[in-house]
Amino acid sequence: MSSKAPARSLRHLLGIAELSDEDIAAIFSHAEMFKSVLGRPIPVVPALRGKTFVNLFFEASTRTASSFALAASRLSAQCLGFSLAASAVRKGETLLDTARNIEAMRVDGVIIRHSMAGAARFLSERLRAFVVNAGDGCHEHPTQALLDAFTLREKLGTLEGRRVLLVGDIAHSRVARSNILLFRRLGARVAVCGPPTLIPPRVEELGCEVFYRLDRVLYEVDVVNMLRVQNERIGAGAFPSVREYRALFGLTRERLARLARSAVVIHPGPVNWGVEMDYEVSDFPHALIMNQVTNGVAVRMAVLYLLAGGHADEDSPAPA
Amino acid sequence: MLMKIRRLLLKGGTVVDPAAGRNRRVNVLVENGRVTGLARNLSARGAEVVDCRGRYIAPGFVDLHCHLREPGAEDAETVASGTRAALAGGFTRVCAMPNTDPPVDSEAMVRFLVGRGESAGLARVHPVGCCTRARQGRELAEIGGMVAAGAVAFSDDGNWVADARVMRSCLEYCKAFDKPVFAHCEMTGLDTGVAHEGPVSTRLGLAGKPDAGEAAAAARDILLAHLTGTRLHLCHVSCAATVELVRWAKGRGTAVTAEACPHHFTLTDEALAGYDTNFKVNPPLRGEADRRAVLAGLADGTIDAIATDHAPHTRGAKEVEFDNAPAGMVGLETAFSLGYEALVLSGLMRLPQFIARLTAAPAEVIGLPVPRIAVGAEAELVVLDLREKWTCDRDKLVSRSRNTPFAGRTLVGRVQGGILPGGRMWGVGAD
Repeated sequence: MSSKAPARSLRHLLGIAELSDEDIAAIFSHAEMFKSVLGRPIPVVPALRGKTFVNLFFEASTRTASSFALAASRLSAQCLGFSLAASAVRKGETLLDTARNIEAMRVDGVIIRHSMAGAARFLSERLRAFVVNAGDGCHEHPTQALLDAFTLREKLGTLEGRRVLLVGDIAHSRVARSNILLFRRLGARVAVCGPPTLIPPRVEELGCEVFYRLDRVLYEVDVVNMLRVQNERIGAGAFPSVREYRALFGLTRERLARLARSAVVIHPGPVNWGVEMDYEVSDFPHALIMNQVTNGVAVRMAVLYLLAGGHADEDSPAPA
Repeated sequence: MLMKIRRLLLKGGTVVDPAAGRNRRVNVLVENGRVTGLARNLSARGAEVVDCRGRYIAPGFVDLHCHLREPGAEDAETVASGTRAALAGGFTRVCAMPNTDPPVDSEAMVRFLVGRGESAGLARVHPVGCCTRARQGRELAEIGGMVAAGAVAFSDDGNWVADARVMRSCLEYCKAFDKPVFAHCEMTGLDTGVAHEGPVSTRLGLAGKPDAGEAAAAARDILLAHLTGTRLHLCHVSCAATVELVRWAKGRGTAVTAEACPHHFTLTDEALAGYDTNFKVNPPLRGEADRRAVLAGLADGTIDAIATDHAPHTRGAKEVEFDNAPAGMVGLETAFSLGYEALVLSGLMRLPQFIARLTAAPAEVIGLPVPRIAVGAEAELVVLDLREKWTCDRDKLVSRSRNTPFAGRTLVGRVQGGILPGGRMWGVGAD
């Protein structure tokens, strides 16, 4: 397998906005390589032996945190979990204190999830270690976008010219922002749909069309990217009830039956079954939700590998 | 820092008289704190001479809006450090906002502030008192007592007086003392964001504060001012919609004045791209159209005064996540230079008009006599070098705090020093 030299420009992964086309290509090509590693009887390579990362999750997460931890262990690196409940954050430690402590521990990389936009950048400006943004507030979640795009390319060949529709709470979704940016970069035509209360102002300036009526656009698209809707948005006045939300914006059994024949469905998880999607979607042959989870590990291996300074020419993680 | 000079000749400079709207090349003789001569040829034997060739001499600036943080946050600023920063920026008088801890909502608190100002002996402190007790927006504060102690205006700055009945009472009550109410306009329910609501807040994933929140609150307060006939002053106007409303109100005869801050007419929300908390301010930096509207409002007089909203915060307070950082930026030391470049060098207004926005206009808002440089008048003036280029250096700020968004920016025009009442000189020739 040919492996291009990793893009040395990649110092941190803070958002899709900061990635060059070369960075994106390098991540995909390495992810392909690592996906084949994951198919081996012993799915481990020694590429990052001796490296140590910290999973710094200030917000609850199951799949992202374990996906990164698994990716690190598949590369023979260590990934320490930083559990919010047990940490000093509860005792009033600031993010700056946390950054200084991590710096003093001399780890190689930090994977951060935080409820506030810009938190990953904040760390990146204060650490010698590389920083991966695993979701910062309503800003970006770049590895989700990369694994979504990787999954779609695997299924569709290319995103060039494909129509992608993101449905749901666009305003509070970091996945939406990262996905809009990345899908556009890969040549897709992107649209968003949701109640106007959950569409952020001037979102069309990110390069997407806006729809408020799902049925006007759903059956024309190649990719349906459903997003999680949180019940607490009801209290905030975004929509009157779950029932009405499901009726207007849910991927119901009826709507599923009317999708274009080749259309695929993705969702970043965790799904609120019965709200944004009927349970029947999980049986839908073109639902790629589990592929997303599997590919998440390969894509995160690629990201960690490239950021940790792994070099294909030196320690050849590629299958023999 | 101050040097008392009995007899001083400012020689060869150009005197800017904003009240008359013109410049005059004259020498200025100051004796025992008063201007005693203003002519081309003045004999001043025995006088200390300051060479002012190529420089301008203007009345001392008046800042309608600054936060001196005393009492309660003396680690960020004190009356002494803040009034020293004021002098560095050419402000000989500053209005201190009452949102301290505890807030300035009583006669005793106003006396305390005035006393702190007097013992510092630098820029004169004019306290602004709270209009409601503890800035809670519920009951009137003891405005009469605060007037007696020297408060020049009343404001719950930092909070909008959300209850229309309470705001109406504040306006009506202040009428008895002929004092203006300073309104911080931010409508409840539209005030939860941390950045201007628009394409930038969407891109950065920051909660937005729409311009409509400011303008809607301003509209209500303007209508209440019209209803009560009290003078209303709008703090830190930041968007086109509010400028339009002020223009409309003035046309209608409402007694309304307005101020704008240099950061709102020199920066936009694009500056937030790096999540640098030094750019977090309230009202937030807005879009380019708003920035231009504020400039146009200053140029045509819709906005009367330039005020700093100097808001010092410690490094520790600011070095946190964007959402968690307090809003506010220091501004006393950069206001003149930023305004000079944005308004005069850009051709939007002439120098005397610009100086008026820093002197005569704000003085009028708080009922001070029009600052003038005239024979017989007390000398309270600044010396300006309009050619000097300087770089704003965070570590060289006089303020106790460093939270400027202009660090590294090259500025044109600089305050070189001046004279305070009593013939006390700072800067040029004094140190």
